[in-house]
Amino acid sequence: MSFLSRLRRFPFWSWVWFIVGALYFILPLLATFEFSLTWDPAIPFKAYQRSFEDKDFWETFIYSNVLALATILFSILLIVPTAYWIRLRLPEARRIVEFITLMPFVVPAIILVFGMIRIYSAPFNVPFTDIQIMQPLTNFKAGTNVLIISGYMVLAMPYMYRSVDTGMRTVDIRTLTEAAQSLGANWFVIISRIILPNIRSALLSGALLTFAIVVGEVTLASFLGVDAFGPYLFLLGQHRAYEPAALSFVSFLLTWLAMGLIQLVSGGQGQAAGAH
Amino acid sequence: MAQTTIKPVKSLAAPTNWKTWLGVVPFFLFAILFLFLPSLRLFTASFSSPDGSFTLDNIIQLVSEPFIVNAYKLSIQISAVTALGGGILGFLMAYSVTVGGLPKPLRSALITFSGVASNFAGVPLAFAFVATLGRQGFITHVLRDYLGINLYDAGFNLYSFAGLSLVYMYFQFPLMVLIMAPALDGLKNEWREAAENLGASTTQYWLKVALPVLLPSILGAMILLFGNAFGAYATAYALTGGRIGIVTIQIGAQIRGDVLYNPGLGYAMAIGMVFIMAISLAGYSWLQAKTERWLK
Repeated sequence: MSFLSRLRRFPFWSWVWFIVGALYFILPLLATFEFSLTWDPAIPFKAYQRSFEDKDFWETFIYSNVLALATILFSILLIVPTAYWIRLRLPEARRIVEFITLMPFVVPAIILVFGMIRIYSAPFNVPFTDIQIMQPLTNFKAGTNVLIISGYMVLAMPYMYRSVDTGMRTVDIRTLTEAAQSLGANWFVIISRIILPNIRSALLSGALLTFAIVVGEVTLASFLGVDAFGPYLFLLGQHRAYEPAALSFVSFLLTWLAMGLIQLVSGGQGQAAGAH
Repeated sequence: MAQTTIKPVKSLAAPTNWKTWLGVVPFFLFAILFLFLPSLRLFTASFSSPDGSFTLDNIIQLVSEPFIVNAYKLSIQISAVTALGGGILGFLMAYSVTVGGLPKPLRSALITFSGVASNFAGVPLAFAFVATLGRQGFITHVLRDYLGINLYDAGFNLYSFAGLSLVYMYFQFPLMVLIMAPALDGLKNEWREAAENLGASTTQYWLKVALPVLLPSILGAMILLFGNAFGAYATAYALTGGRIGIVTIQIGAQIRGDVLYNPGLGYAMAIGMVFIMAISLAGYSWLQAKTERWLK
């Protein structure tokens, strides 16, 4: 009897579903890791050695990290003042701005890059004339950098905005602002020295999520012709077997690192995003 | 005199005039340049004929050209299958760690892992599945060597509809876990106790109380999953090299070179996609509003 009641209390089906899901999670990672080690039984980490010896790997990987940092920096510069201003002075704009920050869910990366290429591959002219001010953004490196960083800012916008806005909800920005103003602080000082430090954990989780989206991104990078890590990994996969597996496993560890840090700084719910 | 010192503080509550809107100009400018103009360009171009005049031909071809209709069909099927499959598995996993009675530490492990997996997509994910279920994959070998099952002889192919669905599921069901875990937490113990006091069985409780309360959030989450798969490009491209004809792949081919021999049609395809994504997002927010009635 007691055995039966204990059996009934044992959450059998919960364990079944959990284990099925856990296997789904783990098997592909295990398989990738296992495969990456089989290149040369004598040197188990040969695939990793070879990958890290490749000059192109470091160039593209560092470039992607720089792009991620730039995206994070400009996103903060754009979104923090906007979210702050809306909370403080312009609640009327909340709905429209929130609506805009959801737009990237409706316009997937492939559509975004399609539209960007069509608009910015034309030269900038003085309106209604043929006098050219600037060559097309897609034609020179600084131009494609502007495009790809802006594109990444768009992709990251929903997550960045939500992080920042949630962060601002938990601190009383109105009181902070009034206190700072009565001490004679100007807007720049208020935002950079009062608001930013107070929402740093929200900023950090938004930043890490942006990092996770940008570092392996392929769609924008390949269509804009940017030599980032995503396209590099893709090309590597076309003609090599073991190095791509090794680098895929490394990317997974990086994603894990970013998400683990988010858990640490936010102490709460995980977030989901991604350039699928 | 005293009034002048508090003036800036007072202005915080002042009624908004046009100057207040200047504060959000950079944001709107950015959104116009890099979100609206690109979308608008595709929109107007999809109503233009090659000589630049207005036409509805592209939109008509969108629903009549078999090649394009099939692309949409395939995308919708794959998104629906993975939303449903990922939704069910994700729900069951979220259930097991919330009200299902599994030990607490498993819950935080699952949530962290879901955060990682839902962000692990694109090229690395495709490669991971090649190493798992490809012809030389780990599971393919294990099944063949130990159980005598040859997946590829049995008709399975990773680079097909079924294979791509399995890959998509990898980022689909973790997303479901992330959305459903808080919703399941919102089920109040009192409801269960009240149902039990009235003599309801566990099945009755789930069918008549819990599921009806959860239904809007389950459906809403599945719609989100649908959109998540529908807009995916990199994973499918990395896995199949563009050999599977879903909408995003066809649009990609059209950007690389005018494979449809009609630029307008490419724009129309893009706009059709935005249209479907917009409908899913609207459905999601509508259900989200319904969810908030019960679950806070």
